[in-house]
Amino acid sequence: MCLAIPGRIVELITDPVPLALVEVTGVRRRVDLGLLQDDMPKVGDWVLIHVGFAMSRISEEQATEQMRMIAMLGEDEAAMEEVRGYGLEGREP
Amino acid sequence: MKFVDEFRDSDLIGRARDEIRRLADPARHYRLMEVCGGHTHAIYRFGLKDVLPSNIELIHGPGCPVCVLPMGRIDDGLELARRPDVIFAAFGDMMRVPGAHGSPLEHKARGMDVRIVYSPTDALKLARSNPGRHVMFFAIGFETTAPSTALTLMRAKAEGIENFSVFCNHVTIIPAIRAILDSPDMRLDGFIGPGHVSTVIGCRPYEWIARTEGKPIVVSGFEPLDLLQSIVMLLRQLRARRAGVENQYQRVVPWEGNRAALAAMAEVFELRPYFEWRGLGFISQSALRLREAYARWDAERVFDVAGVRVTDPKAAQCGEVLKGVLKPAQCKLFGKECTPEHPVGALMVSSEGSCAAYYNYEHRKTAGQLRILTPA
Repeated sequence: MCLAIPGRIVELITDPVPLALVEVTGVRRRVDLGLLQDDMPKVGDWVLIHVGFAMSRISEEQATEQMRMIAMLGEDEAAMEEVRGYGLEGREP
Repeated sequence: MKFVDEFRDSDLIGRARDEIRRLADPARHYRLMEVCGGHTHAIYRFGLKDVLPSNIELIHGPGCPVCVLPMGRIDDGLELARRPDVIFAAFGDMMRVPGAHGSPLEHKARGMDVRIVYSPTDALKLARSNPGRHVMFFAIGFETTAPSTALTLMRAKAEGIENFSVFCNHVTIIPAIRAILDSPDMRLDGFIGPGHVSTVIGCRPYEWIARTEGKPIVVSGFEPLDLLQSIVMLLRQLRARRAGVENQYQRVVPWEGNRAALAAMAEVFELRPYFEWRGLGFISQSALRLREAYARWDAERVFDVAGVRVTDPKAAQCGEVLKGVLKPAQCKLFGKECTPEHPVGALMVSSEGSCAAYYNYEHRKTAGQLRILTPA
């Protein structure tokens, strides 16, 4: 929940709220862009994602560093589990 | 494997370490608090304690949302999950957190409908596809997750979805820092400020810490180099007898924060007059509740909530550890009755809890079970 997961924007979607298809190490999921209204990202931009919402725009280099950091903290599996879980209507614990 | 080899910046790490040794006055003992649980995790993971001179002590702060939640709130939330019409939805981090009558996971085993969601919007989605049920989202977190809950509630209201509510446990970091500074048994020299909370609130809300408390605070990133540089920046201020707010994590944290996120929070939430924190007790204006305009989606108003107060298991000293008065290993249960596999207290559950971080790295390292990423 507290992980900030870096992802690259692959597609912008209006549904009717602003969303983006984001890729995180090969996994594509929809994330919400509602908290970046003032600074809307474009396709190809990198963002930091918290609980399914893009929270800040970052550079590609920062994204790479953040992913490395998550792996070094041993949180990479938890991060990917979170990303894979976006859009699911509740998983059985 | 040494961590200096693991990072691009091994030169810079070495220089920061030398600079810390140069700046730290050997006649002085420094107590610096890292507020954020993510920092606590990184500090243990990277063995930073072993890099720092022995007169620099890092005190772990209250910034682990799962850890500071008092047990009674969990019990209140789970009590509602007993209703057959209710689906209890929460982040995975909550599932193993013990309530007085068991964790959400144990309630699931007893037949209650408990679901993991990874985003509050997915809890709302769950409500849309289960019109005959009521989905209650058990919301936790500081300002990193509160804006997402706020935006989800704005969507629920706009769409008129009525079988959805939020049991709001969102807390705010500033009053917790204030409570720690007011605590008579706590003497601190400076703060390593939270990274991701600050992407939302920016750096201005910390100014009083410097201005009225005379303590420096440096908002920091999470890499070893970030943390060491932040300590350098704190020591420079302390040496120059200066107290200011500085931003080491400029590459991600804007000074003014995230306006859209702050606006969503202001639309949906108001401050509670007071809220109980584990270890810190009742802190005034330290947590958020839903505004009147969102009462229809406020689980505490939709349902009768008992408001139970539960004291922590007597032997567990979670509160003292949370306040930084005790180190994790000084708790009587640490590593014996209380382990990450069988947590008694919440600090052992979350990877950001200082007990779990200490256990996973320091304790296992001492027990010879783990090689840690520290420099020679």
